[in-house]
Amino acid sequence: MSEVREPQSDERLQMPSDPYSVPLDKIDVAQPHLFANGDHWKYFERLRSEAPVHYCEDGFEGPYWSVTKYDDICHVDSSHNLFSSEPAIVLADPEEDFELEMFIAMDQPKHDVQRKTASPVVAPQNLKVLESTIRERVCTILDSLPVGESFNWVDRVSIELTTQMLATLFDFPFEDRRKLTRWSDVATTDPEQDQSIVASEEERRAELIECLEYFGKLWHERAGNGGGSDLISMLANGESTKDMVNKPLEYLGNLVLLIVGGNDTTRNSITGGVLALNQNPAEYDKLRANPALIPNMVSEIIRWQTPLAYMRRTANEDTIVGGQTIKAGDKVAMWYISGNRDEDVIERANEFLIDRPKARQHLSFGFGIHRCMGNRLAEMQLRILWEEIVNRFDFVEVVNEPTRIFSSFVHGYAEMQVVLHPKKA
Amino acid sequence: MAKITFIEHNGTKHEVDVDNGTSVMNAAIDNLVPGIDADCGGQCSCATCHVYIDSDWVAKAGSPDDQEESMLDLNPERQPNSRLSCQIPVTDELDGLVVTLPEFQF
Ligand code: HEM
Ligand code: FES
Repeated sequence: MSEVREPQSDERLQMPSDPYSVPLDKIDVAQPHLFANGDHWKYFERLRSEAPVHYCEDGFEGPYWSVTKYDDICHVDSSHNLFSSEPAIVLADPEEDFELEMFIAMDQPKHDVQRKTASPVVAPQNLKVLESTIRERVCTILDSLPVGESFNWVDRVSIELTTQMLATLFDFPFEDRRKLTRWSDVATTDPEQDQSIVASEEERRAELIECLEYFGKLWHERAGNGGGSDLISMLANGESTKDMVNKPLEYLGNLVLLIVGGNDTTRNSITGGVLALNQNPAEYDKLRANPALIPNMVSEIIRWQTPLAYMRRTANEDTIVGGQTIKAGDKVAMWYISGNRDEDVIERANEFLIDRPKARQHLSFGFGIHRCMGNRLAEMQLRILWEEIVNRFDFVEVVNEPTRIFSSFVHGYAEMQVVLHPKKA
Repeated sequence: MAKITFIEHNGTKHEVDVDNGTSVMNAAIDNLVPGIDADCGGQCSCATCHVYIDSDWVAKAGSPDDQEESMLDLNPERQPNSRLSCQIPVTDELDGLVVTLPEFQF
C-alpha cells in the first residue's frame, strides 16, 4: 500500500457531553473521559432505549458490542458456552508476550480447577474467623481520623481498609502493605493514556515483576508448611496449584486478580456509599434512625456504585442477543453499570434507597460461573465499616465534588474530601 | 399442591404449602423462610439458593442439568444431594419434600 494511514486515534470522534448530539451508530460509550466527567449515565440511558444491543465499529480497542439491558446482560454472563472469557475480560486484548493468566479470563475446565483452589480463603467459614480482625482494624482506622477538619476519605479510609484486608488475606507483611495498593493501581492502568500512573509499558512490567518476585519469596517460605489459611499457603500447598510458582505469568495473574478484585471494587464502594448518603439526606436519616438497615444498604451501595462498569466476553459462535446477530469472534461488553439502572427490571432504578426491596438482585457481582468470588467478603467489610461509622459519627460530610477515575472499567473515585461530625454523647 | 419442609442449619423447621409450578426457591422466599438469598431471582446464575435434598427425595427431585451442575460444582460446600432450589419446580410428586439449608450461601 502506498498510502500512509494516519493513526486511528486521530480520526476518532471524541464523545461530547450530550449523547443526543452524536449519531447513534457513532456512539463509543467506552471512552474513559465520559466516566471521569459523569456523562456516561446519559449515554447508557440512550442506548437502553434506542439500541440495547449496540455495535460500535470504531472503538479505541477495535469494534465491540455494548449490551445495556439487565436481562440481556444476565443471559450473556450466564451463557459461558456461547461467550468466552478468553483472552481478556476488558476490551483491550492482552500484550502477546506478557499475558497475565488469571482464572477470571479462563474458560472451563481450567477456570473451575483454579477457582476451586482459591475460593476457600474467602468462603463464609473463613470469613467468620476473619470478622473480629476486620472489625478491630476498622475501629483502629476510624479512631485515628481527624475530627472537624477535612481530609481525603479515599486515602485515609477506603484505600487503607481494603489494603489492610488484602494484607490479612495474603498474610502479607503489614508494614509493606501499601505495595499492594500500588501493584493494584499499576496492573489496571493503561500506559497509553495520558492520565496513566506509569510512563510506559516497560515501567508497568518492571513493577509487576517486582510484585511477582515479592510473592515468589512468600511462596517459597510457605510451600510445604502445610496448613496456613492465607491465600499464598493455599495455592502453594493446593494439589492443582502447587506448581503455579513455576508458571510466573499464571502466578502473577492470579495474584493480580485477587489484588485488583479485592481492592478497587471494595475501595470504591466504601467511597461511593458516603457519597450516595450525602446526595440523599433522607436516606441518611433512615440509616441514623435504623442501623438494622445496614446489610440491605450494603447491597444497595454496591448496586448504586457498580464498581466494575463492565466485563467483556468474546462470542464463540454466531448468536442472537436482543434481536442483533453477534458474530463469532466479536467483542461484547456487558455494561453492569447500565443494567443496574434498567427501569424495566429494577423499580426506581436511578434512586438510592437503603430499604429497597430485593436489594440483593443487582448485577454488580456478575452472574454465572465467573460470579464474583469475593462477594461475601466485600459485603462483610462494608457491613462492619458502616456499623462502626454509625457508632461513632452522626455525619460523614462530603465537602467537595469528588474526583472520578479516568477509566471505563473501574468505576470510582481518586479523591473525596470529608469532614467528620461525631455523635453527640 | 405440595407440602414442603425446610430445615434451617440450626434445626428450625418451616412447613409450607406450595402451588404446583412454583419453584422450591420461590416457596422459601414467598413464605419468608430465611437462608436462601436467590440473588439472580431464579436464573440458575448465582447459586445462592443452594439446598440439600433429604435422602428419601433425591430421585424424585431429579438431577441438575449442565448449567446447574456448573454452578453447583464451584461451591465448596457441595454434596451429592446438593441442588439449586430455583431449578426444582413443585409438583404433586414432591408432596412431603424435605430440604435442609446450608449454613451459608456463597
Ligand atoms: C464490591 C466489591 C466487588 C465487586 C463489585 C466485584 C465485582 C466482580 C465482578 C463483576 C466479577 C466478574 C463477574 C462475571 O464475570 O460474571 C468479579 C469476579 C471476581 N472477583 Fe470480585 N468484586 C468485588 C470484590 C471482590 C473481592 C473483595 C474479591 C477478593 C478477595 C474479589 C475477587 C474476585 C475474583 C477472584 C473474581 C473472579 C471469579 C471467576 O472468574 O470465577 N472480588 N468480581
Ligand atoms: S436463584 Fe440464582 S441460582 Fe437459584
